[in-house]
Amino acid sequence: MPDVVIRKRATIVEDILHEGGPPAAVPLKRGAVLSVIRNPFAGRYVEDIAGFMDDLTPLGLDMARTLLAALGGDPARIQGYGKGAIVGAGGELEHGALWHVPGGYAMREILGDAKAIVPSAKKVGGPGTRLDVPITHINASYVRSHFDAMEVGITDAPRADEILLALVMTTGARVHARVGGLKAGDIKGEDGLR
Amino acid sequence: MNATIRKIVTVVEETRQEGGRDVSPPTRRAAAIAVIANPFAGRYEDDLTPLMTIGEELGRLLAERAVAALGIDGAKVESYGKAAAVGEDGELEHAAAILHPKLGAPFRKVLTKGAALIPSSKKRGGLGTVLDIPLGHKDAAFVRSHFDGMEVQINDAPRAGEIMVAVAVTDSGRPLARVGGLKTSEIKGEDGLR
Repeated sequence: MPDVVIRKRATIVEDILHEGGPPAAVPLKRGAVLSVIRNPFAGRYVEDIAGFMDDLTPLGLDMARTLLAALGGDPARIQGYGKGAIVGAGGELEHGALWHVPGGYAMREILGDAKAIVPSAKKVGGPGTRLDVPITHINASYVRSHFDAMEVGITDAPRADEILLALVMTTGARVHARVGGLKAGDIKGEDGLR
Repeated sequence: MNATIRKIVTVVEETRQEGGRDVSPPTRRAAAIAVIANPFAGRYEDDLTPLMTIGEELGRLLAERAVAALGIDGAKVESYGKAAAVGEDGELEHAAAILHPKLGAPFRKVLTKGAALIPSSKKRGGLGTVLDIPLGHKDAAFVRSHFDGMEVQINDAPRAGEIMVAVAVTDSGRPLARVGGLKTSEIKGEDGLR
Protein backbone atom coordinates (compact mmCIF):
# COMPACT_ATOMS: atom_id res chain seq x y z
CA MET A 1 0.00 0.00 0.00
CA PRO A 2 1.11 3.65 -0.51
CA ASP A 3 3.17 5.73 1.91
CA VAL A 4 1.45 7.99 4.40
CA VAL A 5 2.45 11.53 3.36
CA ILE A 6 1.71 14.19 5.99
CA ARG A 7 1.33 17.83 4.95
CA LYS A 8 0.30 19.37 8.23
CA ARG A 9 -0.36 18.56 11.87
CA ALA A 10 -2.37 20.54 14.40
CA THR A 11 -2.98 20.11 18.11
CA ILE A 12 -5.82 21.94 19.86
CA VAL A 13 -6.43 22.03 23.61
CA GLU A 14 -9.42 23.67 25.29
CA ASP A 15 -9.37 24.42 29.03
CA ILE A 16 -13.00 24.93 30.02
CA LEU A 17 -13.28 26.74 33.35
CA HIS A 18 -17.04 27.32 33.35
CA GLU A 19 -20.00 27.81 31.06
CA GLY A 20 -21.99 30.33 33.03
CA GLY A 21 -22.21 28.25 36.22
CA PRO A 22 -19.84 27.68 39.13
CA PRO A 23 -16.21 27.37 37.95
CA ALA A 24 -14.94 23.79 38.06
CA ALA A 25 -12.35 22.97 40.74
CA VAL A 26 -10.31 21.36 37.99
CA PRO A 27 -11.03 22.78 34.52
CA LEU A 28 -12.18 20.29 31.89
CA LYS A 29 -9.68 19.70 29.13
CA ARG A 30 -10.77 18.77 25.61
CA GLY A 31 -8.06 18.11 23.09
CA ALA A 32 -7.77 17.18 19.44
CA VAL A 33 -4.88 16.18 17.22
CA LEU A 34 -5.32 16.52 13.46
CA SER A 35 -3.22 15.24 10.58
CA VAL A 36 -3.63 16.25 6.96
CA ILE A 37 -2.44 13.43 4.72
CA ARG A 38 -2.44 12.78 1.00
CA ASN A 39 -5.32 10.57 -0.12
CA PRO A 40 -3.63 7.92 -2.27
CA PHE A 41 -6.99 6.92 -3.77
CA ALA A 42 -8.24 10.40 -4.77
CA GLY A 43 -9.60 10.97 -8.25
CA ARG A 44 -10.46 7.40 -9.18
CA TYR A 45 -12.24 4.31 -7.90
CA VAL A 46 -9.92 1.85 -6.22
CA GLU A 47 -11.50 -1.43 -5.12
CA ASP A 48 -8.85 -2.70 -2.74
CA ILE A 49 -8.15 -0.01 -0.15
CA ALA A 50 -8.24 -1.91 3.14
CA GLY A 51 -4.48 -2.45 3.31
CA PHE A 52 -4.02 1.29 3.90
CA MET A 53 -5.36 0.79 7.44
CA ASP A 54 -2.11 -0.94 8.37
CA ASP A 55 -0.13 1.94 6.92
CA LEU A 56 -2.09 4.38 9.09
CA THR A 57 -1.42 2.49 12.32
CA PRO A 58 1.95 4.11 13.17
CA LEU A 59 0.50 7.56 12.44
CA GLY A 60 -2.45 6.81 14.72
CA LEU A 61 -0.15 5.83 17.57
CA ASP A 62 1.97 8.93 17.07
CA MET A 63 -1.12 11.14 17.06
CA ALA A 64 -2.54 9.49 20.20
CA ARG A 65 0.76 10.02 22.02
CA THR A 66 0.92 13.65 20.91
CA LEU A 67 -2.61 14.25 22.12
CA LEU A 68 -2.06 12.55 25.46
CA ALA A 69 1.05 14.66 26.02
CA ALA A 70 -0.90 17.84 25.19
CA LEU A 71 -3.47 16.86 27.83
CA GLY A 72 -0.87 16.39 30.56
CA GLY A 73 0.59 12.98 29.77
CA ASP A 74 -1.26 10.82 32.32
CA PRO A 75 -3.40 8.14 30.63
CA ALA A 76 -5.36 7.66 33.88
CA ARG A 77 -6.78 11.18 33.49
CA ILE A 78 -8.41 10.53 30.11
CA GLN A 79 -12.15 9.85 30.46
CA GLY A 80 -13.68 10.48 27.04
CA TYR A 81 -12.70 9.92 23.42
CA GLY A 82 -13.79 10.16 19.81
CA LYS A 83 -12.45 10.18 16.27
CA GLY A 84 -13.30 11.53 12.86
CA ALA A 85 -12.21 12.19 9.29
CA ILE A 86 -12.87 14.75 6.56
CA VAL A 87 -12.21 13.47 3.04
CA GLY A 88 -11.32 16.03 0.34
CA ALA A 89 -13.49 16.50 -2.75
CA GLY A 90 -11.52 14.00 -4.86
CA GLY A 91 -12.17 11.14 -2.46
CA GLU A 92 -14.95 8.92 -1.16
CA LEU A 93 -16.56 8.70 2.26
CA GLU A 94 -15.23 5.14 2.31
CA HIS A 95 -11.69 6.52 2.42
CA GLY A 96 -12.59 8.20 5.72
CA ALA A 97 -13.76 4.84 7.02
CA LEU A 98 -10.15 3.62 6.75
CA TRP A 99 -9.51 5.59 9.96
CA HIS A 100 -11.86 3.53 12.18
CA VAL A 101 -9.48 0.71 12.94
CA PRO A 102 -6.10 2.49 13.23
CA GLY A 103 -7.56 5.55 15.01
CA GLY A 104 -9.47 3.49 17.55
CA TYR A 105 -6.66 1.01 18.05
CA ALA A 106 -4.18 3.80 18.73
CA MET A 107 -6.21 5.36 21.53
CA ARG A 108 -6.95 2.02 23.19
CA GLU A 109 -3.26 1.15 22.98
CA ILE A 110 -2.29 4.40 24.70
CA LEU A 111 -5.06 4.35 27.30
CA GLY A 112 -4.73 0.71 28.32
CA ASP A 113 -7.97 -1.09 28.88
CA ALA A 114 -10.60 1.24 27.38
CA LYS A 115 -13.77 -0.81 26.86
CA ALA A 116 -16.26 1.40 25.01
CA ILE A 117 -16.55 1.76 21.27
CA VAL A 118 -14.87 4.96 20.03
CA PRO A 119 -17.64 7.17 18.60
CA SER A 120 -16.92 8.69 15.22
CA ALA A 121 -18.07 11.05 12.49
CA LYS A 122 -16.93 11.53 8.93
CA LYS A 123 -17.79 13.59 5.89
CA VAL A 124 -16.56 14.76 2.50
CA GLY A 125 -15.78 18.47 2.33
CA GLY A 126 -13.58 21.28 1.05
CA PRO A 127 -10.84 23.30 2.78
CA GLY A 128 -12.06 24.80 6.06
CA THR A 129 -14.80 22.20 6.56
CA ARG A 130 -15.63 21.84 10.26
CA LEU A 131 -16.32 18.45 11.81
CA ASP A 132 -18.11 17.81 15.10
CA VAL A 133 -16.24 14.87 16.57
CA PRO A 134 -18.51 12.94 18.97
CA ILE A 135 -17.17 12.03 22.42
CA THR A 136 -18.28 9.36 24.90
CA HIS A 137 -16.85 7.78 28.06
CA ILE A 138 -13.93 5.44 27.36
CA ASN A 139 -15.31 2.55 29.40
CA ALA A 140 -19.10 2.85 29.22
CA SER A 141 -20.89 4.45 26.27
CA TYR A 142 -24.02 5.21 28.29
CA VAL A 143 -22.39 7.57 30.79
CA ARG A 144 -24.57 10.61 30.18
CA SER A 145 -22.28 13.23 31.72
CA HIS A 146 -19.57 12.41 29.16
CA PHE A 147 -21.68 12.70 25.98
CA ASP A 148 -19.93 15.59 24.28
CA ALA A 149 -18.42 16.72 21.00
CA MET A 150 -15.54 18.89 19.86
CA GLU A 151 -15.59 20.95 16.69
CA VAL A 152 -12.37 20.80 14.68
CA GLY A 153 -11.13 22.01 11.32
CA ILE A 154 -8.19 23.54 9.48
CA THR A 155 -8.60 26.53 7.18
CA ASP A 156 -6.63 25.13 4.24
CA ALA A 157 -7.54 21.46 4.55
CA PRO A 158 -8.54 19.06 3.24
CA ARG A 159 -7.63 19.85 -0.33
CA ALA A 160 -9.26 17.65 -2.99
CA ASP A 161 -6.56 14.99 -2.77
CA GLU A 162 -6.22 14.99 1.01
CA ILE A 163 -7.82 13.46 4.11
CA LEU A 164 -7.95 15.20 7.49
CA LEU A 165 -7.76 12.66 10.32
CA ALA A 166 -8.79 13.54 13.88
CA LEU A 167 -8.50 12.04 17.36
CA VAL A 168 -10.16 13.67 20.37
CA MET A 169 -9.83 13.06 24.13
CA THR A 170 -11.28 14.72 27.24
CA THR A 171 -10.39 14.66 30.93
CA GLY A 172 -13.93 14.56 32.27
CA ALA A 173 -17.63 15.27 32.07
CA ARG A 174 -19.26 18.36 30.53
CA VAL A 175 -18.31 21.23 32.81
CA HIS A 176 -21.80 21.66 34.32
CA ALA A 177 -23.19 18.14 33.66
CA ARG A 178 -26.50 17.75 35.52
CA VAL A 179 -29.03 15.82 33.46
CA GLY A 180 -28.82 12.50 35.28
CA GLY A 181 -28.39 9.09 33.63
CA LEU A 182 -25.63 6.59 34.23
CA LYS A 183 -22.83 8.12 36.32
CA ALA A 184 -19.14 7.45 35.79
CA GLY A 185 -19.04 6.20 39.41
CA ASP A 186 -21.65 3.52 38.65
CA ILE A 187 -19.92 1.92 35.66
CA LYS A 188 -19.72 -1.87 35.75
CA GLY A 189 -17.20 -1.82 32.90
CA GLU A 190 -17.91 -5.25 31.51
CA ASP A 191 -19.59 -4.71 28.16
CA GLY A 192 -18.33 -1.23 27.22
CA LEU A 193 -21.88 0.10 27.47
CA ARG A 194 -22.71 0.46 31.21
CA MET B 1 -7.03 37.83 38.20
CA ASN B 2 -9.32 40.65 37.13
CA ALA B 3 -10.50 38.76 34.05
CA THR B 4 -13.30 36.21 34.42
CA ILE B 5 -12.13 33.49 32.08
CA ARG B 6 -14.60 30.95 30.72
CA LYS B 7 -12.28 29.09 28.42
CA ILE B 8 -8.69 28.99 27.20
CA VAL B 9 -7.83 27.34 23.89
CA THR B 10 -4.38 26.63 22.49
CA VAL B 11 -3.73 25.65 18.89
CA VAL B 12 -0.43 24.43 17.44
CA GLU B 13 0.09 24.04 13.70
CA GLU B 14 3.02 22.30 12.09
CA THR B 15 3.43 22.49 8.30
CA ARG B 16 5.50 19.67 6.83
CA GLN B 17 4.74 20.15 3.14
CA GLU B 18 3.74 23.15 1.04
CA GLY B 19 3.10 23.06 -2.69
CA GLY B 20 4.04 19.39 -2.65
CA ARG B 21 7.54 20.04 -1.28
CA ASP B 22 8.89 19.06 2.10
CA VAL B 23 9.30 21.90 4.58
CA SER B 24 12.40 21.02 6.57
CA PRO B 25 12.38 21.77 9.41
CA PRO B 26 8.59 22.13 9.51
CA THR B 27 7.26 25.63 10.22
CA ARG B 28 5.40 25.84 13.52
CA ARG B 29 3.09 28.38 15.07
CA ALA B 30 0.83 28.50 18.09
CA ALA B 31 -2.05 30.60 19.31
CA ALA B 32 -3.53 30.94 22.79
CA ILE B 33 -7.04 32.35 23.08
CA ALA B 34 -8.95 33.35 26.22
CA VAL B 35 -12.72 33.76 26.29
CA ILE B 36 -13.51 36.32 29.00
CA ALA B 37 -16.54 38.15 30.34
CA ASN B 38 -16.89 41.69 28.96
CA PRO B 39 -17.54 43.81 32.07
CA PHE B 40 -18.97 46.62 29.90
CA ALA B 41 -21.26 44.62 27.62
CA GLY B 42 -24.59 46.27 27.00
CA ARG B 43 -23.70 49.74 28.33
CA TYR B 44 -21.51 52.70 27.51
CA GLU B 45 -18.60 53.20 29.90
CA ASP B 46 -16.24 56.09 29.49
CA ASP B 47 -13.37 54.75 31.59
CA LEU B 48 -11.98 51.52 30.11
CA THR B 49 -9.09 51.17 32.58
CA PRO B 50 -10.32 47.78 33.91
CA LEU B 51 -10.05 46.34 30.39
CA MET B 52 -6.49 47.68 30.10
CA THR B 53 -5.60 45.86 33.33
CA ILE B 54 -7.16 42.68 31.93
CA GLY B 55 -5.03 43.15 28.81
CA GLU B 56 -1.92 43.30 30.96
CA GLU B 57 -2.83 40.04 32.73
CA LEU B 58 -3.69 38.26 29.51
CA GLY B 59 -0.51 39.48 27.80
CA ARG B 60 1.52 37.36 30.18
CA LEU B 61 -0.88 34.42 30.57
CA LEU B 62 -1.56 33.92 26.86
CA ALA B 63 2.06 34.45 25.85
CA GLU B 64 3.16 31.81 28.36
CA ARG B 65 0.49 29.39 27.15
CA ALA B 66 1.32 29.88 23.48
CA VAL B 67 5.08 29.55 24.00
CA ALA B 68 4.56 26.44 26.14
CA ALA B 69 2.35 24.92 23.45
CA LEU B 70 5.09 25.54 20.90
CA GLY B 71 7.53 23.86 23.27
CA ILE B 72 10.42 26.32 22.83
CA ASP B 73 12.12 29.03 24.89
CA GLY B 74 10.41 32.41 24.64
CA ALA B 75 13.65 33.84 23.28
CA LYS B 76 13.40 31.50 20.26
CA VAL B 77 10.09 32.96 19.10
CA GLU B 78 10.52 34.62 15.70
CA SER B 79 7.20 36.34 14.97
CA TYR B 80 4.13 37.40 16.86
CA GLY B 81 0.68 38.93 16.65
CA LYS B 82 -2.46 39.63 18.67
CA ALA B 83 -6.18 39.99 18.04
CA ALA B 84 -9.56 40.24 19.75
CA ALA B 85 -13.18 39.58 18.84
CA VAL B 86 -15.85 41.37 20.86
CA GLY B 87 -19.28 39.78 21.30
CA GLU B 88 -22.29 41.58 19.91
CA ASP B 89 -23.12 43.55 23.10
CA GLY B 90 -19.67 45.13 23.26
CA GLU B 91 -17.76 47.85 21.44
CA LEU B 92 -14.75 47.64 19.19
CA GLU B 93 -13.16 50.05 21.65
CA HIS B 94 -13.29 47.31 24.32
CA ALA B 95 -11.00 45.20 22.13
CA ALA B 96 -8.74 48.20 21.69
CA ALA B 97 -8.53 48.73 25.47
CA ILE B 98 -7.40 45.14 25.98
CA LEU B 99 -4.98 44.93 23.08
CA HIS B 100 -3.19 48.25 22.83
CA PRO B 101 -2.28 50.01 26.09
CA LYS B 102 -0.81 47.23 28.27
CA LEU B 103 -0.86 43.78 26.66
CA GLY B 104 2.43 44.18 24.79
CA ALA B 105 4.92 44.66 27.64
CA PRO B 106 4.26 41.36 29.47
CA PHE B 107 3.99 39.58 26.10
CA ARG B 108 7.47 40.85 25.14
CA LYS B 109 8.84 39.95 28.58
CA VAL B 110 7.91 36.29 28.01
CA LEU B 111 9.86 36.47 24.73
CA THR B 112 12.76 38.40 26.37
CA LYS B 113 12.70 40.81 23.41
CA GLY B 114 10.36 42.25 20.82
CA ALA B 115 11.49 45.51 19.30
CA ALA B 116 8.80 45.52 16.61
CA LEU B 117 5.22 46.68 16.86
CA ILE B 118 2.95 43.72 17.59
CA PRO B 119 0.63 43.52 14.57
CA SER B 120 -3.03 43.30 15.53
CA SER B 121 -6.58 42.94 14.29
CA LYS B 122 -9.96 43.26 15.93
CA LYS B 123 -13.61 42.80 15.09
CA ARG B 124 -17.06 42.32 16.56
CA GLY B 125 -18.92 39.13 15.85
CA GLY B 126 -21.03 36.23 17.02
CA LEU B 127 -20.27 32.65 18.02
CA GLY B 128 -17.75 30.98 15.75
CA THR B 129 -16.32 34.26 14.48
CA VAL B 130 -13.05 33.68 12.65
CA LEU B 131 -10.11 35.82 13.77
CA ASP B 132 -7.14 36.30 11.48
CA ILE B 133 -4.21 37.14 13.76
CA PRO B 134 -1.61 39.06 11.75
CA LEU B 135 2.00 37.94 12.23
CA GLY B 136 5.22 39.91 11.88
CA HIS B 137 8.84 39.39 12.94
CA LYS B 138 9.21 40.34 16.60
CA ASP B 139 12.40 42.38 16.21
CA ALA B 140 12.13 43.82 12.69
CA ALA B 141 8.73 44.50 11.15
CA PHE B 142 10.15 44.61 7.61
CA VAL B 143 11.33 40.98 7.51
CA ARG B 144 9.30 39.85 4.51
CA SER B 145 9.56 36.10 5.08
CA HIS B 146 7.65 36.50 8.36
CA PHE B 147 4.63 38.49 7.10
CA ASP B 148 1.88 35.97 7.78
CA GLY B 149 -1.38 35.35 9.57
CA MET B 150 -2.98 32.60 11.64
CA GLU B 151 -6.68 31.90 11.62
CA VAL B 152 -8.36 30.90 14.88
CA GLN B 153 -11.95 30.07 15.70
CA ILE B 154 -13.92 28.78 18.69
CA ASN B 155 -17.35 27.48 17.82
CA ASP B 156 -19.04 28.66 21.05
CA ALA B 157 -17.40 32.09 21.40
CA PRO B 158 -17.70 34.99 21.74
CA ARG B 159 -21.15 35.09 23.31
CA ALA B 160 -22.83 38.51 23.34
CA GLY B 161 -21.26 39.46 26.68
CA GLU B 162 -17.80 38.04 26.02
CA ILE B 163 -14.50 38.94 24.40
CA MET B 164 -12.10 36.53 22.69
CA VAL B 165 -8.48 37.62 23.18
CA ALA B 166 -5.75 35.88 21.19
CA VAL B 167 -1.99 35.96 20.81
CA ALA B 168 0.07 33.99 18.29
CA VAL B 169 3.77 33.11 18.17
CA THR B 170 5.92 31.18 15.70
CA ASP B 171 9.34 29.57 15.49
CA SER B 172 9.62 30.40 11.78
CA GLY B 173 8.40 32.40 8.81
CA ARG B 174 6.21 31.20 5.97
CA PRO B 175 6.92 27.73 4.58
CA LEU B 176 9.11 28.04 1.44
CA ALA B 177 9.31 31.86 1.70
CA ARG B 178 10.90 33.19 -1.51
CA VAL B 179 9.72 36.68 -2.36
CA GLY B 180 12.85 38.51 -1.24
CA GLY B 181 12.94 41.55 1.03
CA LEU B 182 14.76 41.96 4.33
CA LYS B 183 16.11 38.64 5.64
CA THR B 184 16.35 37.52 9.27
CA SER B 185 20.15 37.41 8.87
CA GLU B 186 20.13 41.15 8.07
CA ILE B 187 18.18 42.33 11.11
CA LYS B 188 19.77 45.14 13.09
CA GLY B 189 17.00 44.97 15.69
CA GLU B 190 17.35 48.50 16.95
CA ASP B 191 14.32 50.39 15.71
CA GLY B 192 11.88 47.51 15.45
CA LEU B 193 11.64 47.98 11.70
CA ARG B 194 14.86 46.59 10.15
